[in-house]
Amino acid sequence: MNEIKLELDILRYDPEKDREPHFQSYSVACQEDWMVLDAINHVKDHVDTTISYRWSCHMAVCGSCGMMIDGKPKLACKAPVKDYANQKVRVEPLANFPIERDLVVVQDDFMEKLKRVKPYIIRKEEKPIEEGEYKQTPAELKKYKQFTLCINCLCCYAACPEYALTPEFIGPAALALAHRYNQDSRDQGLAERHKVISTPEGVWDCSFTDTCSLACPKHVDPASALQQLKIATTTQWYKELIGMGGN
Amino acid sequence: MESIKTDIAIVGAGGAGLRTAIAVAESNPDLKVALISKVYPMRSHTCAAEGGAAGVIKPDDSLDLHFNDTVGGGDWLSDQDVVEFFVNEAPKELLQLEHWGCPWSREPNGSVAVRPFGGMKIKRTWFAADKSGFHILHTLFQTSLQFPTITRFDEFFSIDLLVTDGRCQGVVAMEMKSGRLFQFQAKAVVLATGGAGRMFPFSTNGAIKTGDGTAMAYRAGVPAKDMEFVQYHPTGLLSTGILLTEGCRGEGGVLRNKDGYRYLQDYGMGPETPLGKPVLKTMELGPRDRLSQAFWHEMQKGNTISTQWGDAVYLDMTHLGEKHINERLPLVRDLSITYAGVDPVKEPVPIRPVVHYMMGGIHTNIDAETPLPGLYAVGETACASLNGANRLGSNSLTELLVFGKRAAVNAIEHVRSSDSKLNETSLKEQAEKVQNKIRDLVSRSGGTESIAGIRKEMATSLESGAGIYRTEETLQETCKVLADLRTRYAGIELHDKSNVFNTDLFQALELGNLLELAQTVAEGALARKESRGSHQRLDYEARDDEKFLAHTLAYYQGDDKPRIDYHDVIITKSKPGVRDYSGGAK
Repeated sequence: MNEIKLELDILRYDPEKDREPHFQSYSVACQEDWMVLDAINHVKDHVDTTISYRWSCHMAVCGSCGMMIDGKPKLACKAPVKDYANQKVRVEPLANFPIERDLVVVQDDFMEKLKRVKPYIIRKEEKPIEEGEYKQTPAELKKYKQFTLCINCLCCYAACPEYALTPEFIGPAALALAHRYNQDSRDQGLAERHKVISTPEGVWDCSFTDTCSLACPKHVDPASALQQLKIATTTQWYKELIGMGGN
Repeated sequence: MESIKTDIAIVGAGGAGLRTAIAVAESNPDLKVALISKVYPMRSHTCAAEGGAAGVIKPDDSLDLHFNDTVGGGDWLSDQDVVEFFVNEAPKELLQLEHWGCPWSREPNGSVAVRPFGGMKIKRTWFAADKSGFHILHTLFQTSLQFPTITRFDEFFSIDLLVTDGRCQGVVAMEMKSGRLFQFQAKAVVLATGGAGRMFPFSTNGAIKTGDGTAMAYRAGVPAKDMEFVQYHPTGLLSTGILLTEGCRGEGGVLRNKDGYRYLQDYGMGPETPLGKPVLKTMELGPRDRLSQAFWHEMQKGNTISTQWGDAVYLDMTHLGEKHINERLPLVRDLSITYAGVDPVKEPVPIRPVVHYMMGGIHTNIDAETPLPGLYAVGETACASLNGANRLGSNSLTELLVFGKRAAVNAIEHVRSSDSKLNETSLKEQAEKVQNKIRDLVSRSGGTESIAGIRKEMATSLESGAGIYRTEETLQETCKVLADLRTRYAGIELHDKSNVFNTDLFQALELGNLLELAQTVAEGALARKESRGSHQRLDYEARDDEKFLAHTLAYYQGDDKPRIDYHDVIITKSKPGVRDYSGGAK
């Protein structure tokens, strides 16, 4: 197998000893089928054990290893080293989030927003388990399925120009998830979620640049969810205006 | 050291921990739950499970059939009272998830769809395309957000249990962003930390699966049970070990050797079934242990393809068609293209067996209780003796749910009924011991050993000595190496002295846990002089029910190797018999 030389410029920052973040360079001889994560793991194991970053599944499903690679938000486990052969590659923590240490960012803001959109089935009346499943046809499933695929890697927040300017913006992943539940035939929580989504920091902050969808490693297309939400929000607003907003 | 008082502390926030937390919060909103995990819940490895979750729902199926498949699949090492309880509860739990919004795949009429799975006589595996674990995890996590009594402690690394007056009364954990230690004082503790597959070099397991909870319980005197039973999944991608779900074969994928021959028919799993028409419980739908063992024999015969990542065979799905693969196996296609450069629509995918699941774990019973009062365990970290000597695919996702709820019910009862006064003086002393252990580890200097170096030697030795096939000689060598590595572990020096997200420290703690558990795997395998399920000895080829129809219990002995003892298997209605995957062949 051919070897690929990678020059990694990794952002380092330890709040206990660094006043400012700085870059540290590592030269790594990679196997050609490696991902950038494999190269960073190689550094951690054999060159410098002090680098901190998050990773786990190495199959693009746990969402831990989102980081800026050459200026773009990506999952390190899904970024082939081949794409950066014989180049200097900047590896930085996800943009738009505070740095906790090295490539690790503070995620509290996202976790709070995720909770705020009430991402769970809301029903006026629960059907007892003994009565079996709620029927849902493949066509009904298809209406929201795509928006269930978000792995919460935060690449879309790092790509979002609105989130960069207005940190209060609920943001692509959380809003797409709200839309996922609104679209689920088993759910009756639209009116409740509407209260959160229709606020200034909800859907209306989105200027539809589509950068979130381009950055999404799972093709969730949060931009399309947000546009659908804007229409739904407007409809709901009119319904409430004429006294029919109870869903 | 800061103290946090709670009623029930749950360590691990994957499928098992979340299910437990929700069950407590739903039924007992006056009880405080602390949900502690070294990762955010959605990073937990439940997310990587693909194929589905088993539970009887269709009219052609029955609880007895699910029971028989599970007991036979486990080569009669399962506790049958546990299996009976499990199959009975399974459908309710899967329906509960449906009510919580899990996007299960559907039949045209809107009812939940099921797919065939290995070792199962009837189609009974509920699935959400091939991302079932991912959807189960996210459904549970999102559902948990509505309960105010669940307080999450995300990115808190648990180090040791607090045990005093013969009861488990809490856990010491480090807040990863600050390095501060916290003493969680709890009336009951539930461990839900997953398996320890990372002790092997080639594994489907994520980096976080380092057996932390199992090792904590083991150090606290709770035996690790049946640890020698390690499941190799037959179809892992080369190089990375990424799992290609058993659903590939459920949907009709076949295994071929280097000559294109469907070799499983030569290993008691024939006759060959027609292409595109999989027959349940035979050929490619045999159980995982048998399929991985058949691979090994093909390799000995020279029938495998040799690659730079080792020997391999082919998983052929080319006859399934693009539409079917996109609908049922979209992740498999994506993973094969991204990580192996092979599109399964067009070409067979080279694969090889890969360590996937530990049947063993913390000794628990039908109530998810460990022998230590106040301590419960659920999921891969536990061994409730549901899976016996070989787990059937799609039983483990259901297990998380069934026993997560069970642990909650019993932990609640324990909190309500027993003397729950905490011995604070003793807890403080113990917590200080943990603090000193960490200080010693961080401040140690002059050591010449590296974490990566010891980890590699451990993994290599386990694979060569305690892999798919084992012998007295290879196991003895591995036991020797592991004992030696535990001594050398003291020579690790941490180069990172920071208090903030010090992954050097966490990796050192994880390696310590893995080493201790690796010893229970190898010593348990050495002592078990028979072949059963996933534990195959070339020097003792037959199952020996007279001597070894028993669970292995490994007890922690400090720096020494574990003490091995045995515990009766509970047999209720299925006497040990022959595992038949011949598809009715004479």
